[in-house]
Amino acid sequence: MSTPTVSTRSDAPSLLSGEVEQPTFTEALQNYVRKVRGGDMGSLPAILALTVLAGVFVVLKPETFPSALNIANLFQQGAVVVTIAMGLVFVLLIGEIDLSAGFASGVCGAILAVTLTSIGWPWYVAVLAAVLTGVVIGLVIGLLVAKIGIPSFVTTLGAFLAFQGVVLLIIGTGGNISLTNPVILAIQNKNIPPAIGWALGGLAVAAYGFATIRTWSSRRRQGLLSAPRAMVITKVVAMALVVLGGVLVLNQERSVNPAITSLRGVPIVVPIIVVLALGLGFLLTRTAFGRHIYAVGGNAEATRRAGIPVARIRVTCFIICSSMAAFAGIFAASRATSVDPNAGGSNVLLYAVGAAVIGGTSLFGGKGRITDALIGGAVIAVIDNGMGLLGYSAGIKFVVTGLVLIAAAAVDALSRRRARTTGRG
Amino acid sequence: MTTPAQSDLAPPPTLEVRGGRKNFGAVHALRGVDIVARAGEVTALVGDNGAGKSTLIKCIAGIFPFDAGEVRYEGETVHISDPGAANDIGIEVVYQDLALCDNLDIVHNMFLGRELRKGFRLDEAAMETRAAEVLASLSVRTVRSIRQHVASLSGGQRQTVAIARAVLWNSKLVILDEPTAALGVAQTEQVLQLVRRLADAGLAVVLVSHNMNDVFEVADSISVLYLGQTAAQVRTADTSRAEVIELITSGSAVAPVGAPGTAQPATDNANGSTTA
Repeated sequence: MSTPTVSTRSDAPSLLSGEVEQPTFTEALQNYVRKVRGGDMGSLPAILALTVLAGVFVVLKPETFPSALNIANLFQQGAVVVTIAMGLVFVLLIGEIDLSAGFASGVCGAILAVTLTSIGWPWYVAVLAAVLTGVVIGLVIGLLVAKIGIPSFVTTLGAFLAFQGVVLLIIGTGGNISLTNPVILAIQNKNIPPAIGWALGGLAVAAYGFATIRTWSSRRRQGLLSAPRAMVITKVVAMALVVLGGVLVLNQERSVNPAITSLRGVPIVVPIIVVLALGLGFLLTRTAFGRHIYAVGGNAEATRRAGIPVARIRVTCFIICSSMAAFAGIFAASRATSVDPNAGGSNVLLYAVGAAVIGGTSLFGGKGRITDALIGGAVIAVIDNGMGLLGYSAGIKFVVTGLVLIAAAAVDALSRRRARTTGRG
Repeated sequence: MTTPAQSDLAPPPTLEVRGGRKNFGAVHALRGVDIVARAGEVTALVGDNGAGKSTLIKCIAGIFPFDAGEVRYEGETVHISDPGAANDIGIEVVYQDLALCDNLDIVHNMFLGRELRKGFRLDEAAMETRAAEVLASLSVRTVRSIRQHVASLSGGQRQTVAIARAVLWNSKLVILDEPTAALGVAQTEQVLQLVRRLADAGLAVVLVSHNMNDVFEVADSISVLYLGQTAAQVRTADTSRAEVIELITSGSAVAPVGAPGTAQPATDNANGSTTA
């Protein structure tokens, strides 16, 4: 590859010892391997687990597991858990926990159902009410934790119980509010027309490629350390394959009887989650606020001395978490086409915490990304779905998911220990 | 008590504290301290445990203001009420426990709380360039990449990052709290050279230290605290270890130490006796 060697520019800003030596593809790969061996594994274990699990289920259930119908199902099943997990990443990053996120999503779902049906508000007002409920819940929990200083475990454990009661009070014991609003129901039950799916997918890939390459070339121009060109291109191509491959699969006809009803296209919930993930990812990695979240998780005292309002950061993280729970509550209501008193209960929260941790977000704070929630959520969804197809009972499913979660937490703890001994973060 | 009284035409010292007092309830932590820190000089602040060194620098840094006394900054009386105010006028403190975030890289640590932005977004390229410039200007060549996490750095490198962070903001006074306390011999040497370069670059440096070797290696002037009071501030060239140690332990020198500038012949007989 004969790139014009930017690194030899004499007026390039010196990186400690003269000019920057841009790594070659092999060197960059070696650096990555060294990073992983040093204990900084990121989502690698989760991706491996996902590949192995998917492989096993494809072999064991070749007709059903990899079918378009089932893959679309996976997305719709995983949507709720992934959405809560994305919010939980923020709380986990500052070294806290939110055990109430599951039932917070139930409360918000119940608010949505009541405002839609009993009060008869239009769907967008009801959605706004649900999300605002999430914001208020997060604000209260955040203030209790950050200002009063109650440990988040206890605060949110109390909130967990209380919200369970609130859902019961709103819905009524044994009650059940059915949803009929077509827009809300469409989120989890309707698909995007295939052509628009292609257009959105293409647009996403183009935007990603453009942004990545622009950042890369700007860094090169300024003589800053950047990944080798081949690696950047590999990343963009891999991203394009995943996105467009997903669109391709989801655009297949998956109706049991296509003559009567056609069922094709990307489920509507998918682009909504993508937009949420992009927004939160941007917040976390590209803004000063995001930096400060990591700083609070890494060393709260240092952050305070740097003049950053630590309490405000903490409260905001809880607000983000509960707001995401509100979205999850809406998705869950849409999927179930109703809200019952157990909304957001049973294993929803545990799956969400599991998703974030399996994806590589540390329970010790300071380490985690939005993609962790997506990948970890995929692992959980695949286990849940695949074992269901194999006909295992809920009991076996819970045991396996629990073991995977413990394994992920063990990987986290061990990699932290390794990171300490090898002096990596 | 001796006070530095150089009323020449020289520019006013960067920092001058006169009669600084601080009480915590019934505890008189500071009972009249005087310290002068000049641009281009390293001023060592020494004293036994509990003499009030930490309290003094925290008062200067605005963490808790003086109860009484006068603080003059570049010749003007100032009231430093909080850490932000201290930063605003160009005072930076490098604390003993470093205050770095292990999970962030060098660049993000150097800009923590004062990130450069382009609209909503962080201006990563500008921060990285500026951080590299500052490190290069401090002749730091031991760091492999400024994008590595601080957790992967040695003690000396971490100290370097903390110091570099302090000089990133056109600061005029840098206060270093025991920068070499946890370091090995070679790293101590590197950090001391860095401290010297800061002063040579025109900053006023206050170095809090227990280590007489360090103090005599880099300091131009030594201010000794004894039980919350300034025992003396002397020119390094005009004193000896024995004298300084005597001041630290008893509050007064065996042979009277004059005001800085009025040279006292240094007694050379106890050169080997150092404390750690």
